[in-house]
Amino acid sequence: MADPTPRTRAIITGSTKPALPRHIKLRHDASRGRWIILAPERVYDPDDVAVSVLQRCDGVRSVDEIAAALAAEYQAPVDVIAADIVTMLQELADKGVVTAA
Amino acid sequence: MNEIAPHISAAAPAPKCATAPVGLLAELTHRCPLQCPYCSNPLEMDRANTELTTAEWQDVLRQAAEMGVLQLHLSGGEPTSRKDLEEIVKTAADVGLYSNLITAGVLLTRERLQKLAECGLDHVQLSIQDADAANADRIAAYKGGLVKKREVGRWVKELGLPLTVNAPLHRQNIENLPKIIDLAVELGAGRLEVAHIQYYAWALKNRAALMPTREQFMKTVEIVEQARERLKGIMVFDFVVPDYYAKYPKPCMGGWGSGIINVTPSGKVLPCHAAESLPGMEFDNVRTRRLMDIWLQGAAFNKFRGTEWMKEPCRSCDRKEIDFGGCRCQAFALTGDATNTDPACSLSSRHAEWFKVAEQESHQPAPPFVYRRIGGDKSKAEPADADAGE
Ligand code: SF4
Ligand code: SF4
Repeated sequence: MADPTPRTRAIITGSTKPALPRHIKLRHDASRGRWIILAPERVYDPDDVAVSVLQRCDGVRSVDEIAAALAAEYQAPVDVIAADIVTMLQELADKGVVTAA
Repeated sequence: MNEIAPHISAAAPAPKCATAPVGLLAELTHRCPLQCPYCSNPLEMDRANTELTTAEWQDVLRQAAEMGVLQLHLSGGEPTSRKDLEEIVKTAADVGLYSNLITAGVLLTRERLQKLAECGLDHVQLSIQDADAANADRIAAYKGGLVKKREVGRWVKELGLPLTVNAPLHRQNIENLPKIIDLAVELGAGRLEVAHIQYYAWALKNRAALMPTREQFMKTVEIVEQARERLKGIMVFDFVVPDYYAKYPKPCMGGWGSGIINVTPSGKVLPCHAAESLPGMEFDNVRTRRLMDIWLQGAAFNKFRGTEWMKEPCRSCDRKEIDFGGCRCQAFALTGDATNTDPACSLSSRHAEWFKVAEQESHQPAPPFVYRRIGGDKSKAEPADADAGE
């Protein structure tokens, strides 16, 4: 069974394959009309871009692949998107919301 | 990304269009085999025969999910004292509530924990009294507690559940903070709550036995800051500072009637777990009124919702929608008037007086604990044996 708590800090790079651990739930909150992340003792409200990224964090796709997909979708330069994603995922990894493989 | 718990909008909700609470604190029972002298349960606890039934709790959870509650905190007392905890957790999962078990751990078996995980439990918060076994047992008046908790921590991880360790801090364990942090890392906790005691209920009664000195408190700030840096990406810290040494008070539950709804073992619905200490308040019960109706229209919820009820200095203070004037229960306990500014605030005319009380008490020898027990607050207690859970 996967240990949901990494004992070393996960460092996010372009080749990292991010995933959401089982106990982190990204879901649409119908009563408030927005997406939320449910985590231990926390609820976060990701913006649209964050939701697009997190929906692709399946432990299979790499950060670079996710960035390429989003660059196409939002018609934005891929290196800018990739840098933003790394920053965002690193922050979430440090909060235990994202794991890296 | 913003955190939205425990409150949804920074603006104070108007009574009729109050947004739904994010969290439901379900105090399933006041029964507990431990007797921690800082327990947040009221001095007068609910007896087992007044507790809501399984079906009643399940109905409360359904109502909560319908009104937009996202997270369920299963608390007590010791929630595992209830034999129907599995059924309650199962219902939470069915209706989509994120479930958090707040437990002292000592009544759990591996089989039971596994069953709870299978029923859909999302997270376990395990409390520890100290990293030193003998002292931990003395604080909780319970033999063998820490040994058992280490075992429980291991099971939680083996079963793939996320673990938070909760460590209430006070003058009788404060010097062990570095060891408590090490213990949490060793147990595999993803989060550690280092929580200085908040002085309500039993803790207020035991304040002189619990209050650290200002220097001791400052030391813990330093220790936590260093550990937070060292353990970045490994363990997240939540640090709760003691009110008496603070500059501004904590927002009470993210604002009264704003983020959290609390249901007691016997079904009373409170804006906060200590609200029963306030005089002249009437609390509705889930046995006679719908949860949503209580939340929106209940007298207790509207009493201190928003900022209209405030007096000076809060009324004209620009922090009033940040901390909502602090804690109503503390304002009442220390000043005799629940509408006063919480004396934890440095702008309160009573702040200096309470700071002095803390200074004095913390420098005197600690009096014996008044242990938490149902049926009164007798000052002597012998450590109880393992099976006092029912
Ligand atoms: S009134 Fe006080 S005890 Fe009650 S929730 Fe608010 S801060 Fe806590
Ligand atoms: S005066 Fe009232 S609103 Fe202002 S900081 Fe103090 S408690 Fe908060």
